[in-house]
Amino acid sequence: MADIEVDLVAADGKVWSGTAQRIIAPAGDGEMGILAGHTPVLTVLKPGEIRVLPAGGGEVMRWQVEGGFLSFDSNQATVVVDSVVSGGRSSAASGH
Amino acid sequence: MAGSQRIYKARIKSTQSLKKMFRAQELIAASRIGRARDRVSLAAPYSRAITRAVSAVATHSNVTHPFLVERADTSRVAVLLIASDRGMAGAYSASVIRETERLIERLEREGKTVALYVSGRRAETYYTFRGRELAGSWTGSSDAPSTDVAGEIADTLLDAFRAPADAGGIAEVHVVYTQFVNMVTQRPRVIRLLPLEVVEGVAPADESDTLPLYEFEPEPAVVLDALLPRYVRSRIYASLLQAAASELAARQRAMHTATENAEDLIRMYTRLANQARQGEITQEISEIVSGADALASAS
Repeated sequence: MADIEVDLVAADGKVWSGTAQRIIAPAGDGEMGILAGHTPVLTVLKPGEIRVLPAGGGEVMRWQVEGGFLSFDSNQATVVVDSVVSGGRSSAASGH
Repeated sequence: MAGSQRIYKARIKSTQSLKKMFRAQELIAASRIGRARDRVSLAAPYSRAITRAVSAVATHSNVTHPFLVERADTSRVAVLLIASDRGMAGAYSASVIRETERLIERLEREGKTVALYVSGRRAETYYTFRGRELAGSWTGSSDAPSTDVAGEIADTLLDAFRAPADAGGIAEVHVVYTQFVNMVTQRPRVIRLLPLEVVEGVAPADESDTLPLYEFEPEPAVVLDALLPRYVRSRIYASLLQAAASELAARQRAMHTATENAEDLIRMYTRLANQARQGEITQEISEIVSGADALASAS
């Protein structure tokens, strides 16, 4: 299955970029999961947690964000956030 | 004669201490400019993403938004001037202020009333000294602006833009800042921020630039409502960063020139001091010789 190219950017710099299998983001109408091949979408994000499952498995990465938006087209996802409160690699204990 | 030698020595000393100061300022500016330029490039992905998203919404839906529409109910317009907090940057602040004056004059000729917002202490003191009322001012971080300051400025301007005409509402927002072209060239620029001209200034995207047919969640109007304030904030932040890089570059160059001028002065004063010393010695010798002559002829 194809992977998604993800760019997570904040106003003052790039937070993370890489390839992922799946993104889960706090969209305006509730959590939204995106897999490769999803229809192009542009959505507003609420404050909440962004989870990214990196390509080739591994731990889920999480970021607490203060709102922003997400655009996705042709397996290219851009997550634009105002600020990242906390995040990075999650502890294994929290699972997914 | 001994007096002039002393004067030159004192001048050399004071010029030397000035030179040290100029040199230090130059080095400080040089060390900060790298970071300022990094910040400019770090902010680029955000503004690119947001510009793309805004053009996507604007091209694929027919929603309008107050930020996109010209206001006809008031003739008040806002001008945001971005200058520096400190001097010692050559003509940096002066030229951006001059550009602002020109803009204000033009706007007033068009029958508009200007509400002036400034960032940077130099601009603030320039206008308060001239007794001009400022609608808002921000100082203290002109050489390393943060997103918080940009957000504050943007919120103030957006609030004013949304406000009704009788509550001090404004119809347009212009921004005057200094664009960082390269280390030697920084150019004052005027942009009209609001109402937004969408797809204006969008860099031609590298890939096949057909925007995909997005689905908007929850709906285009809401998305646009969330995007546009962020877009404005990112434009203001970008201007602040450009201005900061320009300020540091201007300061570095000005201080470099000042250091060289100080060196020239020191060289000149040293030469004059040597001349004075030489003159003094010559005079003393001739006095001794003539004194000895007088004694010899007297005996």
